[in-house]
Amino acid sequence: MQAIIDQVHAASADKTPLQIRSGGSKDWYGNAPSGELLDLSSHSGIVEYEPVELVLTAKAGTPLTEIETLLAAHGQMLSFEPPHYGERATLGGTLACGFSGPRRAFAGSARDVLLGVQLLDGRGDVLNFGGKVIKNVAGYDVSRLMAGALGTLGVMLQASLKVLPRPAHAVTLQFELDQDNAIIRMNQLAGQPLPITAAAWIGGVMMLRLEGSEPGIHAAQAKLGGEVNPHGAAFWLAAREQTAALFGGDTPLWRLSVPAMTPPITLPGKQAVTWGGAQRWLKSDAPAEQIRSAAAEAGGHATLFRGADKSAGVFQPLPKAMLALHQRLKQQFDPHGIFNRGRLYAEF
Amino acid sequence: MIAASVIRDLHTLLPASAVLSVREDVAPYASDGLSAFQCQPGVVVLPETEAQVIAILRLCHAAGVPVIARGAGTGLSGGALPREDAVLLGLAKFNRILHLDPLARTMRVQPGVRNLAISEAAAPHGLYYAPDPSSQIACSIGGNVAENSGGVHCLKYGLTVNNVMRVRAVTIDGEVLEIGGEALDSPGYDLLALMHGSEGMLAVITEVTVKLLAKPERAQVVLAAFDRVETAGAAVSAIIAGGILPGGLEMMDKPAIEAAEAFVHAGYPLDAAAILLVEVDGTNEEVSDDVLRVHDILTASGATEIRTAHNEAERLKFWAGRKNAFPAVGRLSPDYYCMDGTIPRRALPAVLGGIAELSVQYGLRVANVFHAGDGNLHPLILYDANTPGELERTEAFGAKILELCVAQGGTITGEHGVGVEKIDQMCVQFRPLELQAFHAVKAAFDPQGLLNPGKAVPTLHRCAELGAMHVHGGQLPHPELPRF
Repeated sequence: MQAIIDQVHAASADKTPLQIRSGGSKDWYGNAPSGELLDLSSHSGIVEYEPVELVLTAKAGTPLTEIETLLAAHGQMLSFEPPHYGERATLGGTLACGFSGPRRAFAGSARDVLLGVQLLDGRGDVLNFGGKVIKNVAGYDVSRLMAGALGTLGVMLQASLKVLPRPAHAVTLQFELDQDNAIIRMNQLAGQPLPITAAAWIGGVMMLRLEGSEPGIHAAQAKLGGEVNPHGAAFWLAAREQTAALFGGDTPLWRLSVPAMTPPITLPGKQAVTWGGAQRWLKSDAPAEQIRSAAAEAGGHATLFRGADKSAGVFQPLPKAMLALHQRLKQQFDPHGIFNRGRLYAEF
Repeated sequence: MIAASVIRDLHTLLPASAVLSVREDVAPYASDGLSAFQCQPGVVVLPETEAQVIAILRLCHAAGVPVIARGAGTGLSGGALPREDAVLLGLAKFNRILHLDPLARTMRVQPGVRNLAISEAAAPHGLYYAPDPSSQIACSIGGNVAENSGGVHCLKYGLTVNNVMRVRAVTIDGEVLEIGGEALDSPGYDLLALMHGSEGMLAVITEVTVKLLAKPERAQVVLAAFDRVETAGAAVSAIIAGGILPGGLEMMDKPAIEAAEAFVHAGYPLDAAAILLVEVDGTNEEVSDDVLRVHDILTASGATEIRTAHNEAERLKFWAGRKNAFPAVGRLSPDYYCMDGTIPRRALPAVLGGIAELSVQYGLRVANVFHAGDGNLHPLILYDANTPGELERTEAFGAKILELCVAQGGTITGEHGVGVEKIDQMCVQFRPLELQAFHAVKAAFDPQGLLNPGKAVPTLHRCAELGAMHVHGGQLPHPELPRF
């Protein structure tokens, strides 16, 4: 760890831009990384985990698979079901990107389970925010501010997460439905006391995942009907890891995060719906401007998730006052602007 | 004192009835739920539109006058404690539900809407708002965001921060910010998380969109008695280890049981050293399954008595003792002081042991209620404010309890906030570096420090005077930075 701190000290002194990287499984995400490499891959290991506390603390470079394997051995899981996007995915990168998987709409996101961080700021100081307990309101919630900040505010050295028991049973049901009706149906069902933990629509089929105790699932199945998909686990994995056919090919992939009840968005290209309607994946060559205004009109925003041409920026531009606030926060945590410059927005 | 010119200018922005400056008019605002701290506000303003809030903030910004936002005033840490030189901005008139969308399961409300009113409005659609602080009949959603309020269901359903999708807020210079949205995330930094628990120090909230959940089909509670607190603590761990995620998981110690029983006759076993209330919720079938498993685990954990509520009336009766624990303890003593630390569950025996020793040392009785699921401990210290010196002794005792929580890897506040009450313990929990970072976050929103100054985050100077700060070689880190 000292080598990492020393490198940041030196970079801070001579204002050298740094790119924070661990497994490198998400180099493609955000605006292009630049600057001298700050390698966290050796800063790895689970620091503390007592299953009955439902809290796990690990260093940033710890592989996600290592964490998930340990949790599974104790019947627990990361409830936000993070996508890995590669074998070398680490905890730090996952949190910095703020990625959450199919369970997100039902069990919360990466930021929801983030309880505390150890942060290396742009002056080279190591700060501790939050803690290792579920309820904690001492000081501003700087920990959660780091989720999705793409490392622009500092280096997350270590993080503590709330973990949850893994459901005993799972069943995936499928229903032939068009997109309009699937969106309405997913929202209707989410408002009922049913053990649904994932809902998606892809290629004319609505998929629902039920999880919990066996009797609970059987009862819900009886209410819902539909057809059991025997490859449910594989389906959700392919949706999470974007290995499903829809995500392939060179056409840009957009992520539209919109209110769950938003009707099908009229844009050229192929679409899939996840998060019970709140996340729309779009494979499209349409101009960024067109996609962003459609998302904004729906009350959401669009991200160029994967694509070669990032000249129009990856993330939805911020309103002026909001951008200024981001810049002031950046200035406070990283006064010389050394961390992941431009990775989130070109302005900082 | 507030300059007469400022009060005159406020009158130009608001109707006469919305500006209170006469002593008897402002007196009801002298404290929030932490009545041990009192101060007459310089002036109270009660706007009812966002445009008025903007105008008030712009005026105060230009005049350099501090502003303290206040919701229902039920906070327990003095977060809304007024100042003589500040404008107290009451948001009680922002009490309208603006939009309920049952299909999308969201509700857009003004900040003065009461927590319980949200669930009541959602109820006809089979929906509810999950966080339920004990003050939910009175506390407002704006205050809930400011304090990141909890309740008894946090382990399973999260805190306010996990159940709010969007806030609209006005900064001290009158800029309106839309933070979060009705989508599940928004571009840029997670400022929504930052607003939660910020105790009115970053911006003034004018609208909140909350997430609503489907009301569980059924909830059932199991009551278990134990002859030792340690055994009850171990039973909690066994339930979690068994893969059960209870909707509510509460513990009370003997003094709390006795007080509650005398008050509401919930039928609690008086010979128990501790009781647990374990509530499981979900679909009918899930609950049936879980109740059996909980029963087995409690038996195996050495419970001396186990009762399952067989109907809603019995369930409410079991809960009545816990939900009335604070007023029940209040009957035992002229005054009581409620603490709010969080600890890792494994530290419970050590912390309760430490509290018992301190109780003897300070000569003050204490009853403990514990949100066992999430580790949030509420020791209630019994005292008499009319006995000279007893309040001071109580505060010192409380401070020691919080320090004990920190030493065990916990935190000084789980859900009540820091406010003015725990500001000195912030020096124990955090080093100057982190406190500086908090001041820096505040400065990014409010460079002049006009919103709720002096709350939540102590100055380094204050910590240094307390001797609680870790100062190395007499030198504070970053001597180049200003100290305030």
